[in-house]
Amino acid sequence: MPKVKIVDYGMGNILSVQRSFEHCGAEVDVVSEAKSILNADYLVLPGVGAFGNAMNELEKLDLIYPIQQFCKKGNPFLGICLGMQMMMDGSEEFGYSKGLGLIPGSVVQIENTTIDNESQKVPHVGWNEILVPHGKDSLLWNNSILNGIEENETMYFVHSYTAKPQEQFRLADSYYGGRRIAAVIKKDHLYGCQFHPEKSGTSGLKIIRNFIEL
Amino acid sequence: MLTKRIIPCLDVDHGRVVKGKKFQNIQDVANPVELGRYYSEQGADELVFYDITATYEDRDIFINIVEKVAEAIRIPFTIGGGISKVEDFRKVLMAGADKVSVNSAAVMKPQLIKEAALKFGAQCVVLSIDAKKNNHGSWDVYVKGGRENTGIDAIEWAQRGQNLGAGEICINSIDSDGVKKGFDLELNKKLSDLLTIPIIASGGAGKMQDFADVLKVGADAALAASVFHYKEILISDLKNYLHNEKIPVRRV
Repeated sequence: MPKVKIVDYGMGNILSVQRSFEHCGAEVDVVSEAKSILNADYLVLPGVGAFGNAMNELEKLDLIYPIQQFCKKGNPFLGICLGMQMMMDGSEEFGYSKGLGLIPGSVVQIENTTIDNESQKVPHVGWNEILVPHGKDSLLWNNSILNGIEENETMYFVHSYTAKPQEQFRLADSYYGGRRIAAVIKKDHLYGCQFHPEKSGTSGLKIIRNFIEL
Repeated sequence: MLTKRIIPCLDVDHGRVVKGKKFQNIQDVANPVELGRYYSEQGADELVFYDITATYEDRDIFINIVEKVAEAIRIPFTIGGGISKVEDFRKVLMAGADKVSVNSAAVMKPQLIKEAALKFGAQCVVLSIDAKKNNHGSWDVYVKGGRENTGIDAIEWAQRGQNLGAGEICINSIDSDGVKKGFDLELNKKLSDLLTIPIIASGGAGKMQDFADVLKVGADAALAASVFHYKEILISDLKNYLHNEKIPVRRV
């Protein structure tokens, strides 16, 4: 049984994430100390909330360095929503805050106009389709956490900020107001999902199952 | 493309789902865990729970049910009712909620919206507004379960809520609630045109066309209770209907 550790730093819907992983057959430990993070097999960083706040909480618990060290081991890591955004270098949410620096790029606010300059609503809330990034091969999804997911399957998003990773780290995009939203990012065994796989019905569960089979 | 959302709403009282008309004549309907699981499997896009009594003694029972429902469903989950401080947000989020809806307490203390948005992110703060049309052609904000008129203009309050950091506005029309004559299209259109955050229309759903009408005037989501609870409309049928009406929806 795959052993998954979920980082608890006092923010976010740990319970739903935990339940979905258990539902998919993982043994789950909710952790908030350095030692248990360093020796994890699979590590999940969930997150609902504000970027700066969340980084502060990680810092207070002395978890930033252990998470960075874990990610150097080559074991699977999954950041969800804010957890994915925290994988970047930094964010402009409520002033600039430094991130975990696991994947190059920054986090910026979703624009309140479409590419046609019509007003659009922020946050981006709801079920949206995920697609292979333009110009990339759909085979890219095989042997990743998106294995078996069809293009255009919908996932549940809720966010006001969006990660802007360097192009090579984009695994799936969504479109909002004609602009790209990084939906899934990947660097080796480090993954981030902007949407909530634990809230995305059976499609989301498939992603979680793929992750614990990495 | 982002899809429009269909949201069943469960009013919970002493651990049971209940339903009233114009916020009166409350009747027992079902077990919230069973009903929540049913909606999740039927393709509902989200689930909303309101703790309609929200007294101190019932709060623990309610948290307990929130945990059980969160375990049973795989779709987003919003909790409202009696949320009056940032600590309440944390409690229900830790019990498995994804968003928290504030109503009366935010009217008394608007800074609650800002504090919660700063702490947990704007996307999990839903400002729920109970609005009733007055004689001057505008809408007043009511609090305490629709019992008390604050005299505050609903549209101005919605705008202020947005500025304070609310991530969504759920607009409940007291005049339409439980009457099944359709959503308040005028109010929903006004708000959708004016606000830059998503609008959830609530109150008045009677037939499938009512959903299409309110989503077409700009609402991002439509919320209903009794038409779903009494299986007058099946969510799968409604999604197919909306799809045929060229409204983007998620179908399972």
